[in-house]
Amino acid sequence: MREYDVLVIGAGVVGCAVARELSRYCLRIGVAEKELDVACGNSSRNTGMLHAGFTYKPGSLKAECAVEGNQEFDRVAEELNVPFKRTGKLVVGFTEHDRENILKFKAIGEQNGVKGMRMVTKEEMKEIDEHAGGEFAMYVPSSGILDPMQYTIALAENAAMNGAEFLFGRRVTGIRREGQRYLAETDKEVIASRWVINCAGMYAPEISEMLGYPNYPTKGFKGEYFVLDKKAGKFLGIPVYPAPNDKGGFMTHATPTVDGNVLVGPDSYVTEGREDYAVTKEHMDGLIEDGKKMFDHMDRSYFIRNFAGIRWKRYDPETGEILDFLLEADDAHPCTVNLVGIESPGITCALPLARRAVKKLAEKEDLKPREDFDPRRPGIRRFSEMTPQERAEAVKEDPDYGEIVCRCENVTRAEIRRAIRNPLGVCTVTGIKNRTRATMGRCQGGYCETRITGMIEAELGIAPEEVRYSKEGGYMFTGKVRDGE
Amino acid sequence: MRQVDTVIIGGGPAGLSAAVRLWEKGIRDILILEREHQLGGILRQCIHDGFGLTRFGETLSGPEYAQRFISQVEALGIPYVTDTTVIDITEDKKVTAASRDGMLEIQAKTVILTMGCRERTRGAISIPGERPAGVYTAGVAQSYINLQNKMVGREVVILGSGDIGMIMARRLTLEGAHVQAVFEVQPYASGLPRNILQCLDDYGIPLYLSHTVTEIRGKDRLESVVVSQVDDRLQPIKGTEKEYFCDTLILSVGLIPENELSLAAGVVLDERTKGAAVDEHHQTSVPGIFAAGNVLQVHDLVDFVSMEAEELADSVAAFLKEGQLNGCGLEVKTDGNVTHTIPQRISGTKDFKLSMRVKRPVKDCRIQLIQGGRVVGEKKMKRAIPAEMIQIPVKAAKLNEKDDLEVKVIC
Repeated sequence: MREYDVLVIGAGVVGCAVARELSRYCLRIGVAEKELDVACGNSSRNTGMLHAGFTYKPGSLKAECAVEGNQEFDRVAEELNVPFKRTGKLVVGFTEHDRENILKFKAIGEQNGVKGMRMVTKEEMKEIDEHAGGEFAMYVPSSGILDPMQYTIALAENAAMNGAEFLFGRRVTGIRREGQRYLAETDKEVIASRWVINCAGMYAPEISEMLGYPNYPTKGFKGEYFVLDKKAGKFLGIPVYPAPNDKGGFMTHATPTVDGNVLVGPDSYVTEGREDYAVTKEHMDGLIEDGKKMFDHMDRSYFIRNFAGIRWKRYDPETGEILDFLLEADDAHPCTVNLVGIESPGITCALPLARRAVKKLAEKEDLKPREDFDPRRPGIRRFSEMTPQERAEAVKEDPDYGEIVCRCENVTRAEIRRAIRNPLGVCTVTGIKNRTRATMGRCQGGYCETRITGMIEAELGIAPEEVRYSKEGGYMFTGKVRDGE
Repeated sequence: MRQVDTVIIGGGPAGLSAAVRLWEKGIRDILILEREHQLGGILRQCIHDGFGLTRFGETLSGPEYAQRFISQVEALGIPYVTDTTVIDITEDKKVTAASRDGMLEIQAKTVILTMGCRERTRGAISIPGERPAGVYTAGVAQSYINLQNKMVGREVVILGSGDIGMIMARRLTLEGAHVQAVFEVQPYASGLPRNILQCLDDYGIPLYLSHTVTEIRGKDRLESVVVSQVDDRLQPIKGTEKEYFCDTLILSVGLIPENELSLAAGVVLDERTKGAAVDEHHQTSVPGIFAAGNVLQVHDLVDFVSMEAEELADSVAAFLKEGQLNGCGLEVKTDGNVTHTIPQRISGTKDFKLSMRVKRPVKDCRIQLIQGGRVVGEKKMKRAIPAEMIQIPVKAAKLNEKDDLEVKVIC
């Protein structure tokens, strides 16, 4: 039986951040994840914003962690080699009512400790981003954009480099206390651990109940997105949001991604389904209509993909009020940390939450720092980001850098090969995609997918029918067309 | 930096045809750059027959058709490199390519764009639903089956009546899969009539017009698709939904000329073709950069690709000898029944062949080319369909040098 000091349940951004922060100490760490890779849920289904923290209730855990996470992110991105740009954000308004709502948030932001926010005139706004519409705006210099998949992968890889073990395809179905340890039943094996940390995202209420905490009421707010071609990216320099409505929500907006695409969305509607990630015609039509108001180039010829994410929020069943992030640990539930209702801005808050979770452990036992802890994750060097000189040298050193596999994103064989040999042992097509950007371009794998599946087979020595697209049942091939060579 | 008279980007049927013709015209300082391991382009995976009837007067498979040109390239000793991907072209015709042997930089006097096209994807047409494995574009499925010996599925639905989709319907059937139906959103087929007959009718595969997939279901692997009828605005009609259980959805919903490199070189594209806007020399908006084949306009038959590229080669040879080509200031205009034309600009002083397609099926029509109120070219057609490219030769003797040319479909 596998035995750990700490078992983290869930390999979303929070679970991976917790594993990474734990790996600073001499602990045996396991991470149980039901999917075949990290960031399969909402950690990869979001706008990729590093939020500044001006919309969250002052004094809340959300506000505290968002501001803390925002302010440290330059160092984090550098340490973990995560694509990140501190672009700033414009929140634009047209009417006096808009101005009132914006000023309300400016005041909240200042209370939360968000630095540098200022109101700008139309002229100043155009200097910040010539494409922004609106009569005036609030400029928030600390907002940024990042690649949320890369970030989660980086946290996990850094944790793994420092000794944490990732166990994929393990859905935790029950937890029981036996002596001084917990036994977590999964669909594949039983895992023993002294500590259990619940980072199960949308499934956190169930895990919470397994640990003896309440099954907190939660519900899903789903949002759909369009991904637009990089050709549309040149029309959007920085995230431009419309003025928030009276409830503090933002209408559909356009956000540049750190790689140069544009995301239009999300909208927001209640969903019952825990993994209801399907996109719908009704909402796509809505996004097209609303998207056009915020982004002049919401043109069909730029559409390359759609996706949906769910903000799974904790709420008060009596008042219906949406509740703050919950991070708890108490003596009635020894050696547990329970995180429930972690949703947006979970990416921004992941590391601050992780440090608070680790602190709960440190309050109960002495954690011995690992002397050889290395906070840096090198990542895979991208051909597309190299200078001509660097490219020439890279190809000389490793000829695989001269073989373009994904033509849209200019991803080379060297990058794909390194991704297949990733430190977490992930080998799905989606896993390669999230690590390299191959198949993410405008042809959506039309050119490179056939090459990538072939490389997965060759590198790992597996048969075609063993290749998985992203999930355990997601086979790509039923076998050979004909036997023989 | 290496200097070359002509760099050809892409060693498919267009690039190979252009190379051979250029060589015959005495242009020897040529370099074909091909990203695949072998020459031949997409024809390598098109193992069905029906190629070459127009160009060679006999029916060939895709690889056989390609081999005719490859053999000529080999026999003539035309220089080419494979496994080499062009990643940039500048306006002054500096070409950058990546290969395992290193980064390649070439200064060309002329560049021929023959990169072909790519397939339209699920994302481009925004099909609602989940994102399981088992959704393939027709060309990707064809590559897996014909080049890699991997079977993509057993229970198949096809969306789109493009030629590759219909050819894959037959191919999958021959390899033991069950193809339930082909659905086409338009009220007419987008592929050629011969493919409807030989790939669907002969195998009892139904083709449903004015139908589309309105939902994809399945979390891991595809489990089913929901199909709906559409109205005359192509919008799904509520209440007509029907679920088809399948493990594979093949998309054959259109081809898009692959012009990212053209854009990098500053070439102006035509919104209608998604290819370069060219003059009667097949010259793009950038002097010395030419385009032919599916990168210019999506063709119905490869024979026309070759012929277009051969005409282009004549112009490139003239450009190299004379340093420039005569200007083409006259616009080719179209009426509402015509999707597009090639060329988009003419001089009025040179014979040329006009390629075009009709927007919707029409019967008993005349296609008229009018300049200054005079009919300078005409083609009578019993039936014209969007699936078929129409070509009309135009004689310089009939043209003037001052009026734009109008193309009209008169029914």
